[in-house]
Amino acid sequence: MSEHLLKDTVSRLFEALVTKELIEAMEGGLWPREAWAQCEELGLPRVWVPESAGGYGVDPAEAMEVVRLVGQYAVPLPLVETMYANRLAAISGLAIEEGPTTFAPVHQRQLPAMRATSGGWHLRGALESVPWARWARHVIVLAQAPEEQRFYLARVPSHSLALEPGNNLAGEPRDTVRFDLVLPDTAVASLPEEFGWSQWEGAAAALRALQIAGALTQVLDLSVQYANERVQFGRPLGKFQAVQQNLAVLAGWVVTATAAADIGAEALIEGPTLLPIAVAKARTSEAAGSAAAIAHQVHGAMGFTREHRLHTFTRRLWSWRDEFGNEGYWHRQLGRLTFAAGADGWWPMVTATPYVKAQIA
Amino acid sequence: MIAIAFPSPPPTTAELETLRQEVRAFLAAELAHLPPRERVRSWMGFDASFSRKLGQRGWIGMTWPKRYGGHERSALERYVVLEELLAAGAPVSAHWIADRQSGPLLLKYGTEEQRCEILPRITAGECFFCIGMSEPDAGSDLASVRTRATPVEGGYVVNGTKVWTTNAHLCHYMVLFCRTGVQEDRHAGFSQFLVDMKTPGITVRPIADLSGEHHFNEVVFQDVFLPRSALLGKEGDGWKQLMEELAFERSGPERFLSSFVAMVEAVRALRDAPSDAAQAAIGRMTAQLVVLRRLSRSVAGMLQRQEKPDLQASLVKDLGGVFEQEVADIIRSLVAVEPSLGAKDELSATLARLVMLAPSFSLRGGAREILRGIIARGLGLR
Repeated sequence: MSEHLLKDTVSRLFEALVTKELIEAMEGGLWPREAWAQCEELGLPRVWVPESAGGYGVDPAEAMEVVRLVGQYAVPLPLVETMYANRLAAISGLAIEEGPTTFAPVHQRQLPAMRATSGGWHLRGALESVPWARWARHVIVLAQAPEEQRFYLARVPSHSLALEPGNNLAGEPRDTVRFDLVLPDTAVASLPEEFGWSQWEGAAAALRALQIAGALTQVLDLSVQYANERVQFGRPLGKFQAVQQNLAVLAGWVVTATAAADIGAEALIEGPTLLPIAVAKARTSEAAGSAAAIAHQVHGAMGFTREHRLHTFTRRLWSWRDEFGNEGYWHRQLGRLTFAAGADGWWPMVTATPYVKAQIA
Repeated sequence: MIAIAFPSPPPTTAELETLRQEVRAFLAAELAHLPPRERVRSWMGFDASFSRKLGQRGWIGMTWPKRYGGHERSALERYVVLEELLAAGAPVSAHWIADRQSGPLLLKYGTEEQRCEILPRITAGECFFCIGMSEPDAGSDLASVRTRATPVEGGYVVNGTKVWTTNAHLCHYMVLFCRTGVQEDRHAGFSQFLVDMKTPGITVRPIADLSGEHHFNEVVFQDVFLPRSALLGKEGDGWKQLMEELAFERSGPERFLSSFVAMVEAVRALRDAPSDAAQAAIGRMTAQLVVLRRLSRSVAGMLQRQEKPDLQASLVKDLGGVFEQEVADIIRSLVAVEPSLGAKDELSATLARLVMLAPSFSLRGGAREILRGIIARGLGLR
């Protein structure tokens, strides 16, 4: 029972909180202050922080369920980003601050350089597509010191950033931030040696995979509901075999995405490794587009309107599938692993437990 | 919320992985001389002596009670053996049906006499089964079956025709699904029988598949007398028993690994200079394999817990069938190779066999449209 307690509580909260009006308001440029406050009250920003670092001792598997629910309800808040940023801060030993927080960079080519100077840590960068930056109080920035293999995390307060707004297809903020500043020691921490770009990107990809899986369950629900209600030629759409067959295929994509996201979530809990995370993001990203196409076909013109809720989920799917690597990107990573294993090593690689650890080339 | 539960599959253990290595070592030795063009037949490859060897290793009827010749091992241990056999393209067709569905059916519904007589021979790899379901006028629509067992003194007399009966000419027994009832309800009045294929009145005629190979048959029953002891389960319960049998038939690793041998040969052919497109296409297959394997293992876990994952089994078979059928075209898009059964080139011959087998992947064990109908019903449509 207790293992579903948080999931049930969070579902009820999102169900009550996330209205069409709230999503429209966010897209119109309003920060959903009250909704955020209620999530904070429930402790959601720290749900993935270990107890030793100021968390509540929540099972990480439950934290992953919260991420899935953010997708399932299209929650218009940087909850997943804050959860991840706080988790990273905890791992590196940075203090965890209150308020919405995000992380950057999203693209490896924009990884900023950090230098130790007499006055503190000099950090400079221009980072694109930073999720929810305009409403975050802090950005957790991954940086690398030249001549060093090791990665650092820096906490950058948002008032010291120059910000240029941008949005993804769902109207979620994806802003460009620029900074050139000197940070005190308290705002910088080094990451464990094994933590590098692939872990940073991989975890973000696995989180988006869970959000996609969550949104897809909603898309299936809406589609089945619509097919059972909408009457044409004297019977509900769901009575037509052609529609039934399409919805069965949609269910197949949802099941695929859910299993893939589960694989990614388990890898995140065990310590991110490339193979399962690549599988998670590759399969969910492919499922996102294929499933959205069927859902729109079933919904007809109605689903193509702003009025209907379907787009709330499909526009997110069309955005999230390309964030932190689309299926093509992750397929190539998996292809590299497969060819490295070789023809006769392929099956052993698929069945290997624990999964092969490998760096992204 | 529509929830189609696929619980996390049970985790692997050191014991399971040791078993996996044993199976791999056995297969490496036993199949060393079997080229990919033969292995690509997958679970359609028939080799009675290979089945006997598997029986000697204790890898048939693994989960069955020891008193019936079984080994009382877990469903997960069995799953490991099955997936290793399939990934290697081992010729498992001879005992496959008996191990997968006929044996479990006998265990659940057979009489003590039937179990004691037949199950030990199955586990020894010496007794093979075929499935008597489809008929000339009843393919996907099994409720249209017309073969009838009429009660007579001491038993039944069977008349009718079964088709697409794989390996009927090589099997010792058939599990026959036919009518026994007076009342002709769509799903009532069916029963299952254990039929010795040597019974007088049974005629087996070959049906060549599109490549000219003989595995299917037509089986004609003409006034075939079956003793009362041949009845499997309860008279009139045939439909219910059949549905349970189909869950075993639909979710196993053979539903997504049928094309694996060809995939391996494609990687071998491409390995020296894989293009970007090849990396992506092969990487996608890896992603599909890992996810399908998880779904299939999840269903194995549910079956082990005596749950009834009919909907999940249909989903796994549908998704697996789509994957298996895509493989040939993906290979063709990456390698310029003309398929020919007699080619010197191994990939060409392997692909030739796969192309001609592939149409069956979405027919056998439940046609794609039927599975999708089951899924739609599970979603709450209809």
